[in-house]
Amino acid sequence: MSVAPRTPPTKRDWSWRSQAFRGLLYQIIAVVLIGGIAWWLAANTAENMRVRGIKSGFDFLTQPAGFDIGESLTKFDSNDPYWKAFLVGVSNTLRVAILGIILTTILGTLIGVGRFSRNGLVRGLCQAYVELFRNVPVLLQLLMWYLLFTEFLPDVTEAKRIGDIYLSKGGITFPKPIWESGHLFGVAGLLVGAIGAWFYRRWARSKFEATGQIRSMFWVPVAIVLAVGVLGWLAGGAPSQFAVPQKGEFAVEGGGALTPEFMAVLLGLVLYTAAFVAEVVRSGISSVARGQSEAAQALGLSKGQEMQQVLLPQALRVIIPPMTNQFLNLTKNSSLAVAIGYPDVVSISNTALNQTGRAVECIALIMLVYLTTSLLTSFFMNWYNAKSAIKER
Amino acid sequence: MAETTIFKFSPARPAPVNTEGLIPWVKSNLFANWQSALTTLVVGGLLLFYVPQFINWAILTATTVPNADACRAEGVGACWGVITEKYRLIIFGRYPFEEQWRPLVATLLMVALLVMSCTRVFWKKWLIAVWVVVLAAFFILMYGGLFGLSEVQTDRWGGLPLTIMLATLSIVFCFPIAICVALGRRSNLPAIRTFCTIYVELIRGVPLISVLFMASFMFPLFMPAGVTIDVLIRVLVGVTLFAAAYMAEVIRGGLQAMPKGQAEAAASLGLSYWQTQFKIILPQALAMVVPGIMNNFIGLFKDTSLVYIVSLYELTGSLGLALNSDADWRPYKLEGYLFIVAIYFAFCFAMSRYSLWIEKQVNKSKLR
Repeated sequence: MSVAPRTPPTKRDWSWRSQAFRGLLYQIIAVVLIGGIAWWLAANTAENMRVRGIKSGFDFLTQPAGFDIGESLTKFDSNDPYWKAFLVGVSNTLRVAILGIILTTILGTLIGVGRFSRNGLVRGLCQAYVELFRNVPVLLQLLMWYLLFTEFLPDVTEAKRIGDIYLSKGGITFPKPIWESGHLFGVAGLLVGAIGAWFYRRWARSKFEATGQIRSMFWVPVAIVLAVGVLGWLAGGAPSQFAVPQKGEFAVEGGGALTPEFMAVLLGLVLYTAAFVAEVVRSGISSVARGQSEAAQALGLSKGQEMQQVLLPQALRVIIPPMTNQFLNLTKNSSLAVAIGYPDVVSISNTALNQTGRAVECIALIMLVYLTTSLLTSFFMNWYNAKSAIKER
Repeated sequence: MAETTIFKFSPARPAPVNTEGLIPWVKSNLFANWQSALTTLVVGGLLLFYVPQFINWAILTATTVPNADACRAEGVGACWGVITEKYRLIIFGRYPFEEQWRPLVATLLMVALLVMSCTRVFWKKWLIAVWVVVLAAFFILMYGGLFGLSEVQTDRWGGLPLTIMLATLSIVFCFPIAICVALGRRSNLPAIRTFCTIYVELIRGVPLISVLFMASFMFPLFMPAGVTIDVLIRVLVGVTLFAAAYMAEVIRGGLQAMPKGQAEAAASLGLSYWQTQFKIILPQALAMVVPGIMNNFIGLFKDTSLVYIVSLYELTGSLGLALNSDADWRPYKLEGYLFIVAIYFAFCFAMSRYSLWIEKQVNKSKLR
């Protein structure tokens, strides 16, 4: 008696119990279920809007907004249309986010490195900072800074003066260079300098690879950029006019100004996120094996070279992904500005929502703005991450 | 000439440098070299200048008398009277004054439950039953309507009970969703994978506040006519869905770190997909990401402060409620803020210490 050898099933063997069929079935169920829920919600929404007489569509964007915005980079008038108000909101959000990311990176790195300091006092302070700031909700911190700026500073009429800088409940006012065409030469000089620095670095690297001679890869390029920039500024006639703020009867006039709302949002976000960035930096540095630094010293590298050539490239690999998350968190947390009245995109959408009643459209706009910035940031950071990843064969 | 060698003692080596005790510690940590010494002097000087001032303001010249006039007197530092006067309003929000023992008991029960769940001796099957009982007790105490307790509508709930309830419930509810989404994102069925990926990326790309706006403004439009859902539940759903996306990513991290051999071994034993996931993969993967889960929980606890923006008076909101409309006490809002900062800090700090401890416990198995 012999058993016929069983042939292994091929893909064409259809069975109601095959994995392929079940997979297909599950997917069809999922699609139908989710599609059904989405359709049900959409139908409900349409019905509700019809019953309540809510109009839908984005046509309201071209109507005049009818409200003023406390601060904007460009002139905004209450007769301007909604879409312009949204743009002002987006620019305000981006202003806080970009400045915040730069400052957070600097502060967070300093504190993270500070936790490796040889000085016990610095170590302790850095740790205390991290523990204190990351265990308190960021909204609460924003509210506290806003309170400090608006309650504990003198009134505008009695603004505190430090040099040409005025500090009061109305914010901070400082001298600002007056824009002249001569500045254009300075900017052009910086650009030319940057291009020159890039060429210098390329040349220095090829020399290093050919001869092994090390040339400064940081200070010389920086010097080139600055020197050419200053030369351009001089060529433009060295314009050095400053708009100096003057204390008027009711307000401090002239010069550049930052509102207390802006300062509270920026300071709150930076101090909060810096605590997380510090932890990211700390874990990145401590992830580099000790032998690496010993090997670098055995090769006779200087302290700076050791940091630049050996430790940092390895630490960065660990640091970049969580750092991206922190940057995204900061950008998203900037939406809390609505709580203290900084006119960011959420705050403006909220006003528009209350005025027009177009909840769906306004919330969709908020989400669109944040999704775009989030995706762009993570796209950029992924590119940078891929660049600094281990080059394997 | 015969050479003679004379045995000589070599001189004794110097005693090793003392590296223990206070003075050597100070020497190596505060005055190791001149840069360090300079830093110590500058930082220490600043601390010596500011810390006594702060202590003076916060403790020595502070007053705890619940009387605004006492605070306005000359030379008085912090006015903790605002806390002694308003603490019940800050902690319990608008909950009816005579009934405030109920949220107190409910909160204590909930905290006890959380502490219990964090303690190893209680990690038993019956803990789930305790959870159900305590959650039921929490809602009966808060809402009333049973056992002769008067009914208290959810719009009067507030303060710390609301904060703790939102954080706990959303973490509990988000967990099963997160596990499904995390598994779905790693599934080999393209449609399910796509849905899960879109969900996670969409939610993680937008701020919590926009989800809360959605829960508070758009949710009523989503429901069929005549169905109204309490704003507290809407917000809870929003926070849960938000937390689930983040939790799913943490869990996915754990799943990704599992060696492939585990799943293959399970398959060769003839386990089905769900058996493989629940008996082999998930127990190991979850243990690996416990610190991440704890971090998420801490983040969620802090994020509950955001519901204040959609007019639910949890701890941050109830402080505003207590002080904003009271001209006498409004100047002492800073003290009020410091009070709730202390509450948030106590909870979050305890949780982060617990997270460190549990990380050590989990890593124990890796030490040999």
